[in-house]
Amino acid sequence: MSRIYTVKNKLVESRLFLNRIIAAFIVILLLTSGLIVRLVYLQIVGHEHYATLAKDNSIKIEPLVPTRGIIYDRHGKVLADNTQSFSLELIPEQIIDLDDTLLRLQKLLDISDEKIDQFQKQRKRQKRFVSTPLLISMSDEEIAKFAVVRPYFPGVDIQARLVRHYPYTDLASHVIGYVGRINEAEMKSLPIAEYRGSSHVGKIGIENSYETELHGKTGYAEIETNVQGRAINTVNSVPPVPGENLYLTLDIDLQKTAYDALDTFNGAVVAIEIKTGGVLVFASRPGFDPNPFVVGISNDAYQALQSSDNQPLFNRALRGLYPLGSVLKPFIALAGLEYNAIGVEHRIFCPGYYQLPNVSHRYRDWKRGGHGSVNMTDAITQSCDVYFYSLALTLGIDRMHDFLQHFGFGEKSGIDLTGEKQGLLPSREWKRNRRNQAWYPGETLITGIGQGFLQITPIQLARATATLANKGKVVTPFLVKKSVNPDSTSPDIKKIQEDLELKPENINSIISAMVNVIHDPHGTAKIIGKDINYQIAGKTGTAQVFNIKQDAKYNENDINFKLRDHALFISFAPADDPKIAVAVIVENGGHGGSVAAPIAGKVIKQFLENNHEN
Amino acid sequence: MKTETRSEQFHPPSVIGNILRKLHIDIPLFIGLLLISLLSFVILYSAGSQDMDVLMRQAARVGLAFLLMTILAHVNPYQFKRYSALLFGLGLLLLVAVLVLGQFGKGAQRWLDLGVFRFQPSEMIKITTPMMIAWYLAEHALPPKPKQLLIAGILIIIPTLLIAKQPDLGTSLLVASSGAGVLFFAGLSWRFMFAIGATLTGLTPILWHFMRSYQRDRVLTFLNPEADPLGRGYHIIQSKIAIGSGGIYGKGWLGSTQSELDFLPESSTDFIFAVFAEEFGLFGCVGLLALYFLIISRCLYIASQAQDTYSRLLAGSLAFTFFVYVFVNIGMVIGVLPVVGVPLPLISYGGTSIVTLLSGFGILMSIHTHKKFLPH
Repeated sequence: MSRIYTVKNKLVESRLFLNRIIAAFIVILLLTSGLIVRLVYLQIVGHEHYATLAKDNSIKIEPLVPTRGIIYDRHGKVLADNTQSFSLELIPEQIIDLDDTLLRLQKLLDISDEKIDQFQKQRKRQKRFVSTPLLISMSDEEIAKFAVVRPYFPGVDIQARLVRHYPYTDLASHVIGYVGRINEAEMKSLPIAEYRGSSHVGKIGIENSYETELHGKTGYAEIETNVQGRAINTVNSVPPVPGENLYLTLDIDLQKTAYDALDTFNGAVVAIEIKTGGVLVFASRPGFDPNPFVVGISNDAYQALQSSDNQPLFNRALRGLYPLGSVLKPFIALAGLEYNAIGVEHRIFCPGYYQLPNVSHRYRDWKRGGHGSVNMTDAITQSCDVYFYSLALTLGIDRMHDFLQHFGFGEKSGIDLTGEKQGLLPSREWKRNRRNQAWYPGETLITGIGQGFLQITPIQLARATATLANKGKVVTPFLVKKSVNPDSTSPDIKKIQEDLELKPENINSIISAMVNVIHDPHGTAKIIGKDINYQIAGKTGTAQVFNIKQDAKYNENDINFKLRDHALFISFAPADDPKIAVAVIVENGGHGGSVAAPIAGKVIKQFLENNHEN
Repeated sequence: MKTETRSEQFHPPSVIGNILRKLHIDIPLFIGLLLISLLSFVILYSAGSQDMDVLMRQAARVGLAFLLMTILAHVNPYQFKRYSALLFGLGLLLLVAVLVLGQFGKGAQRWLDLGVFRFQPSEMIKITTPMMIAWYLAEHALPPKPKQLLIAGILIIIPTLLIAKQPDLGTSLLVASSGAGVLFFAGLSWRFMFAIGATLTGLTPILWHFMRSYQRDRVLTFLNPEADPLGRGYHIIQSKIAIGSGGIYGKGWLGSTQSELDFLPESSTDFIFAVFAEEFGLFGCVGLLALYFLIISRCLYIASQAQDTYSRLLAGSLAFTFFVYVFVNIGMVIGVLPVVGVPLPLISYGGTSIVTLLSGFGILMSIHTHKKFLPH
């Protein structure tokens, strides 16, 4: 290309560009003028109209907050409701000397510095004309004290509000959950229109997972106010739709029995109604009192809960991960039968230990000296480890993993609560992906007795037990039976999800072996079989919290309590027509038979006695 | 145009002027930006519930942004040109990274957490897109031929869609207009522009189909805010009341009384203009618009004086995008445009947009202060 052409081209380009600059300038000038025209329209032509709206006889849009739905148990007992409460609120704009007012109030009503700090923090986040609470749920005495001196405190007033109340305090705290003040993160994610005027939102439990249903729909009123800001007329209003009342499948009396039976231990009890999957008991001990969370728990109290060794805020039933120990054995036995890996009458000799070929390590049985020759029924009744080491090796980890997966081990149960843990059902593939290690035969053995990598939540265990009782029909556990509101339908309950299509003779053999656990003289849980006119099927478990050295003897009184074995028990009853499945995990409880089984026994007894009409 | 000639004759005799010139700072532009930043503190103090913490945080961000502007003003524009494609590619890569990482997070994800601060790739792409398009078009003779237009169009659409998917409609709009700005200054024929406009209008139903429900809500609300006074129409109704009640002279600083505006979580970010208009009235608004107009005019002047095609296109587009920023935000607050999340440039609370904007001005200053003397 010639030089002249390039130069000429450059000149053309320059002129073109200059034209465009001028065009852009004109466009920008025009659009800016457009904005100004609009501003003139709003601020001069419409000024009077908008000024009226803003001040004087203005129409204010006031949100009408819906009443939160009440939560009942299956028999209609109130688990969460709303009570009237009075709070002391300040409007900073109307107070001449805020510091002085606070000081006087502090002296009058003995308010802690912490509450003053909380108030100051909240005040700074809000506009000066917003009423901000200083004291929530005032006592009658406090109300009376303030009422006398009220004229001396302009801008300070007592307001009546509805406050969420949980009558059963710590009994079902994890399952019902609680509401708390909406925090900044929630402010961003919640629908603004629905929560205009709402101060609280469900934080955990049913209160959280059914937030939409419980909250209801916010209405609004267009209110005409006079110069003083006093409402003189309601122009138009759309009433709020109250939140739905929820009826849970939970039986609070049964929950109390389970919770009390755990006594001083930490642990969890989950009971499921077998035919439906409805959760009857969902206990996690220790619980906590959710009521302080509603009004704003003090920092010290919260720290105390947080730092407690017993972790009262931790929902063990939903999020606790435990090794299963021997309660896994009936499932492994069933896997052996279903895969034709072993027959019911096949006998294995138990000398008290098991050795892999060419390996010196001895895998111990819990009974020193062994159980002798045992068949499947004996092995389950007496919980023989050696039998299951041998069966596990025959099955192999792959088949065990696949079979156990069908029972929901290592996957979320799908219960209608948020924050459920998945647990871990180990497999060859998992170990390769996560740990980059090969699977060792020894790990297959200990998986066979429910030890090793296996980590399961109590709700998963209860679900698997219900599936066993249901002869292979898998149920999804749920807590909310129905929500009462003319406009809405009750949640869609899928009663039976999947049928594992187990062979009847196989599952019947397992169930009769599990009946022996309670009703046979050699059964590990025979203490709960006395004085009942129905049969319970069950299995005890004692899960090691730490590994014992080879051939070391240990005395459970000597070692630190926190290192004691977890006691487990799974059961369902009546064995011939199961109605309830119960899973119990007692942390550091020692033996499943003596500690965990009686808890399940009490729950089953109470349930069957009260529900015989069903 | 009078203002520009005046600003060209602006020769501060002081030492400060000399230092600023040594720093490659364009004095008129610098003064304009400084004025508007100071104004921003005044408004933020009122809109942010008179909280000094808010001001201090904003001051730190503005300081950082001015520092970055000075650094960029120092860089020779040749270097911007040289690394345009590389920076653009890097920006795209980071956008994809955000999108992929967002799959694992919850909901909208716009930033990468770098530990010390959070970085929004969409902010970087606001500058690198016009750089890329300007670099590409400057390689060829202007006005661009259909093939170049097609490629440039694709280069604009990729980041626009990636950001729209985050989803961040406001930013994607700004990125698209920064690229379109380059095309405009490159001499895209008027006929073609009208054709594109007509096609886009035709495509509206399809676009509607792909919008998120909250984006649709915003458009519907814009068309009829009264339909949902407590929810989606709330912002617009309340901001109109605030602006209108401000009248000619306003209610004075700290005098905004629109209690309902308190419910606006955006009163110190996207809707800050409503607070400003209520307190300072029509006079204040016109003054603010004039200040913006002067800044934009100075930018256009810098573009007109630029000596090579790349610099011209980039400078023109940066000026144009700044205007789009102002226009979209104010248009939204006064109810003539739908509510898209675009802050009021240099005034709204928030760090990332200020850093990006002042980086753009840094580039403009670099273009203006690194001119070679060519014989006419």
